[in-house]
Amino acid sequence: MILGREARQGLTLISPTMIYALLLLAAPLLTVVTFSFWTQDYLTIDTTLTLNNYREAWTQPIYRILILRSLMVSLVVTLVTVLLAFPIAYYLSFHVTRRKALWLFMITIPFWTSYLLRVFLWKVILGYNGVLNSALTGLGIIDEPLTFLLYNINAVIITLAHAWAPFAILPIFVALEKIDRSLLEAAEDLGDGPVRRFFRVTLPLAMPGVIASILIVLIPTVGDFITPRLVGGTDGLMIANMIQIQFGKANNAPLGAALAVSSMVIVASISLVIYLAGKRFGGKTQ
Amino acid sequence: MQDKPIIELRDVIKRFGSVQALNGINATIREGEFFSLLGPSGCGKTTLLRMIAGFEDPTDGAIVIDGKSMQGIPANRRPTNMVFQSYAIFPHLSVAENVAYGLKKKKLSKAEIAAEVDKALSMVDLAGYGRRAAHELSGGQRQRVALARALVMRPKVVLLDEPLSALDKKLREQMQVELRQLQQSIGITFILVTHDQEEALIMSDRIAVMFEGNIAQIDTPEGLYRRPVSKRVASFIGVMNFLDATATGQDGTGLSLDIPALGKVTVPPSHVPEGMAAASVQSIGVRPEMLTILFDGKDKAESETTGKVTGTSYYGDMTYYTVALNGVGAPVTVSMRNTAGRSVLPVGSPVRVGWGAESIVLFE
Ligand SMILES: Nc1ncnc2c1ncn2[C@@H]1O[C@H](COP(=O)(O)OP(=O)(O)OP(=O)(O)O)[C@@H](O)[C@H]1O
Ligand SMILES: [Mg+2]
Repeated sequence: MILGREARQGLTLISPTMIYALLLLAAPLLTVVTFSFWTQDYLTIDTTLTLNNYREAWTQPIYRILILRSLMVSLVVTLVTVLLAFPIAYYLSFHVTRRKALWLFMITIPFWTSYLLRVFLWKVILGYNGVLNSALTGLGIIDEPLTFLLYNINAVIITLAHAWAPFAILPIFVALEKIDRSLLEAAEDLGDGPVRRFFRVTLPLAMPGVIASILIVLIPTVGDFITPRLVGGTDGLMIANMIQIQFGKANNAPLGAALAVSSMVIVASISLVIYLAGKRFGGKTQ
Repeated sequence: MQDKPIIELRDVIKRFGSVQALNGINATIREGEFFSLLGPSGCGKTTLLRMIAGFEDPTDGAIVIDGKSMQGIPANRRPTNMVFQSYAIFPHLSVAENVAYGLKKKKLSKAEIAAEVDKALSMVDLAGYGRRAAHELSGGQRQRVALARALVMRPKVVLLDEPLSALDKKLREQMQVELRQLQQSIGITFILVTHDQEEALIMSDRIAVMFEGNIAQIDTPEGLYRRPVSKRVASFIGVMNFLDATATGQDGTGLSLDIPALGKVTVPPSHVPEGMAAASVQSIGVRPEMLTILFDGKDKAESETTGKVTGTSYYGDMTYYTVALNGVGAPVTVSMRNTAGRSVLPVGSPVRVGWGAESIVLFE
């Protein structure tokens, strides 16, 4: 291996981190992939390679339903989150002139409490005797507490969208901050009103940030299991809950692994498509 | 050049909070002229240009373009197009798409747009560059794309904010000539913002010299150079020697002065600014090339004085001498064209310096 002095120095510098990252990332991943080709034999594992787990994962309707539901939920969550995050990021970047740092700081406030706590808070808000229902009955808008608020997919979507909003705002904000303001003036100078200018200059140039936001929200939400578990009820369960069951109660780790690998492949393909589509729309930016 | 006004600025005032950027600008810019706004940093040139373009609203006063008041008319509906200092080339679009950007709104067919773009690109010497990406261009090429993008819109006025300041000296000098030729051949009004007096002199039909939010003088390059209205304008445009002077009288033959460094002189009436009272004359100015060193005993000048060389700077074609005149006041600069048979005088040489009454500029 021919490496320059600098390259070798660099490798030496990053190697502790790299080894750590490899151990934490690659090792579990490899284990999961390997497991998915084995078979659970009551208490022991049969290590003959087989595709049976995948066959089951891809043919049993229950798994397909769960995967599709997970994808649907995370796509809706992503859509809602990014659509809500964009105006906030836009406002921050273009209309806040003083104390930008303070605003950014405030956006991160939800992170001061744990994710679990925030999910529980939504339970309190959306529950049968929750904040929302009490308020609505108190105001006389409804007679009976609403029951469609909690323990279904809607609750999962609302909770996830709220939890991931800051992650979506920041990349879009950074992309918007990077846009040279004279480009916007140039567009206006060349005859564009605010709306045309937005779609011809601002949005294409913000696209890298939008894509980053989409991926940051989409990828983890497909595999989320806390939120569906706590606020989703039985109709709101997602694939991650099933994977957890397979590794735990059902005691079928290889099937759980096959489900995990399958959903990973699906999410990766969707992400790739989104990434490429975004690149196309964003044009020839470097 | 016609004399039809294309832009009229009437008592234009601009305040940013407590900062008074422009204190009442009055100017008329004529159709087809190359007009420059020249002044030191922070004098309000960019602000004025941006108000003409529609990016800023005047705090008070009126801007009239082509007979129409621009009050309340946004930038996208003004008959002006801007070449930005940073060029503002859209990074996500190709060169051709950049140039076509503003045409999309005009009702043109694809083929017509392509033809317009090609024409504009060849006008700025970039034929065949249409497919390049913005980041594949050099600074000079970006500048040309920005110009083509403005020209293709056929605006009444092209506004340029220091368009050449990012280029190296050689390229800048070349672009100055090209830009001027292009403007003359298409006959569109150009308004150029610059802080480089040489650039303004080379390119402009007329120049407005600005200081601290005011226009000090509007004149042709020659007018500015030969008849600056104040010491400040005089020292901003080229080099000017200032000498103390006292007026001794004024009659039909002109204004008589006593200039200790040069001698006594009568400035002809044609060279006395209108309305200038003899008593108010405090000093005079004379350009370095209007003074001559009389090398040969036979050399003659209208008037002459004596002095001693205190320094020399050799520029190849020219030599700049600093000469202490008559032992009075600060030394003056004298520029002399170098000739084959003459070498630079050593410091300390006594010299005779020739001058003429017509080259004298009066200051209050
Ligand atoms: N948006 C603004 N807010 C506050 N003050 C401003 C703003 N724009 C300009 N100014 C002030 O107005 C004055 C004129 O600025 P302007 O940019 O027009 O100067 P300029 O002549 O173009 O200078 P330069 O040669 O440095 O570009 C300056 O004192 C500047 O600080
Ligand atoms: Mg400026």
